[in-house]
Amino acid sequence: MTLRFRRPEAHAGDLIFSWVLRGAAMGLPALLFSIAFFLFQRAEPAIAKFGWGFFTGSVWDPVQENFGALPAIYGTIVSSFLALLLAAPLSIGTALLLTEVLPRRLASAVGFLVEMLAAVPSVVYGLWGIFVLVPWLRQSLEPALARNLGWIPLFSGPPYGVGMLAAAIILAIMIAPTITSIAREVFRAIPRQQREAALALGATRWETMRLAVLRSGKAGVFGAAILGLGRALGETMAVTMVIGNRPSISASLLEPAQTLSSVLANEYAEAASDLHLAALVEIGLALFAVTFAVNAFARLFLWRRTLGRSAR
Amino acid sequence: MSRRYFGDYVFRSYGWRHLQSRVMIGLLAAACGLVLLPLFSILGYVVWQGLPALEPAFFTQLPGSVGEAGGGMANAIVGTLTLVGLALLLGLPWGIALGIYLSEYGRGRFASVVRFSVDMLSSVPSIIIGLFVYAWVVIPMKRFSAVSGGVALALLMLPTVARSTEELLKLVPGHVREAGLALGLPRWKVILRIVVRGSLGAIATGVALALARVAGETAPLLFTAFGNRYWNQGLDQPIASLPVQIFNYAISPYEEWHRQAWGGSLVLIALVLGLNISMRAALRRKGKTGDS
Repeated sequence: MTLRFRRPEAHAGDLIFSWVLRGAAMGLPALLFSIAFFLFQRAEPAIAKFGWGFFTGSVWDPVQENFGALPAIYGTIVSSFLALLLAAPLSIGTALLLTEVLPRRLASAVGFLVEMLAAVPSVVYGLWGIFVLVPWLRQSLEPALARNLGWIPLFSGPPYGVGMLAAAIILAIMIAPTITSIAREVFRAIPRQQREAALALGATRWETMRLAVLRSGKAGVFGAAILGLGRALGETMAVTMVIGNRPSISASLLEPAQTLSSVLANEYAEAASDLHLAALVEIGLALFAVTFAVNAFARLFLWRRTLGRSAR
Repeated sequence: MSRRYFGDYVFRSYGWRHLQSRVMIGLLAAACGLVLLPLFSILGYVVWQGLPALEPAFFTQLPGSVGEAGGGMANAIVGTLTLVGLALLLGLPWGIALGIYLSEYGRGRFASVVRFSVDMLSSVPSIIIGLFVYAWVVIPMKRFSAVSGGVALALLMLPTVARSTEELLKLVPGHVREAGLALGLPRWKVILRIVVRGSLGAIATGVALALARVAGETAPLLFTAFGNRYWNQGLDQPIASLPVQIFNYAISPYEEWHRQAWGGSLVLIALVLGLNISMRAALRRKGKTGDS
């Protein structure tokens, strides 16, 4: 670590250098603040006109200039939580396999592949979603779901292919690497002795994972899942390409829907009136507030407590 | 629900418990397979569908007229390189300065606020960054422009650059700094000439990784660089980019454009994954980081 004493004859160069760096550092909280400020400023007309009704209204009609964001909020929450439901068990399982079962070299090779999954651009996921995932859903999975489970409202309706289910699946694929790599770090930080103690008591490998690894890593794994959720909430392109973009709230997962970010991506070019633009920016502001809160929660309360250092 | 203690397990038969363990490990492997399946499917489809679209014209010509065969994505490829270059120019100094600050001066309450802000900036959805730059740069300039796209990408790469620079500088042992100070060098010279210079190669690698990440971004470019069917006419004018072009082609109803979207995806993925893999290999060869 650096020495930390002040020399009386401190160089002018040192002073200038440290203040330049402090300036650069100060810019960052200022940047976050100004993101909130600029969005708020541009959303002002919509906030003034609709008030809280913006978040409870379910009509989105640019022609009549009547804007309610409820369908988009509903779509964002449902698609993200569904994605988390699909991705969390698979990712935690993968992380367990990587840290507890596979030999080191194989684990780092598989871990590398998981990281490549995170590096694929979102628009490529979307393209694959449109031409591979959606046709498969339409022809295979969704008819089967409707046939066997159609009596549950969740799986009723015609198989469009595009819709909430497609969005949730693609989001699950995209957040799996995030959850896997963080859960992996959590498991790695658990002391070896705990595992050895369980093994010495005669636990099988799976019992060791349950008793020594999963139980003590619980808080960290929860934090990993929340960070994954944070990523799902804000993901735009792939979701926009497969969710079908219909401003309605439907009980069925097979129906098209929309999310906060998909509304933004779809309507940016068509915002003719100032009020429409303001409403779009207010949607952005809501998304910013929600993702900020979710991530701050994950980082401040869960992540830091388990690993004792700040998240990546 | 009663909590299970270890004793509960011991009194079950050995055979049953080992069978259970085997089955569970099998399930873990299945989970891992399911997580990786999309990667293989995506790579397979992108190569299979994209390769036939990559004729010479794809790299040398402008997009053809709507929905018709022919034409290419030359302007989008050049556009993406331009945007990434602008992002580098705008984001690099700030990102490196932040990294140096966090590593060399980063203690106390203010530093932890800064560190938290870096974390938070990296979790802001990229489309919100785009919206912010739209409100901040595009509206005052009254037009979509390459510069605003560069600003958006620069803000997106900022946290990654700052973080990786910080981590790499922290690897430089304290006695190196002490040796410099003991020779009577001022601290800024010790930091720039000894600490930073020694890690320059690794820092460059971290920057390249950040570039690979932002090169594939689409959402922040929608409201900023916008897109362009022709060559860019100057940095204050809209500019095409590979991701936006892929998006527009993918949601269009034309067969030919779909073909080119796959071709564009192959180029983009080759660029992003190629940069990613080679930089990771370079980092590992230096032995600077672990495998995470």
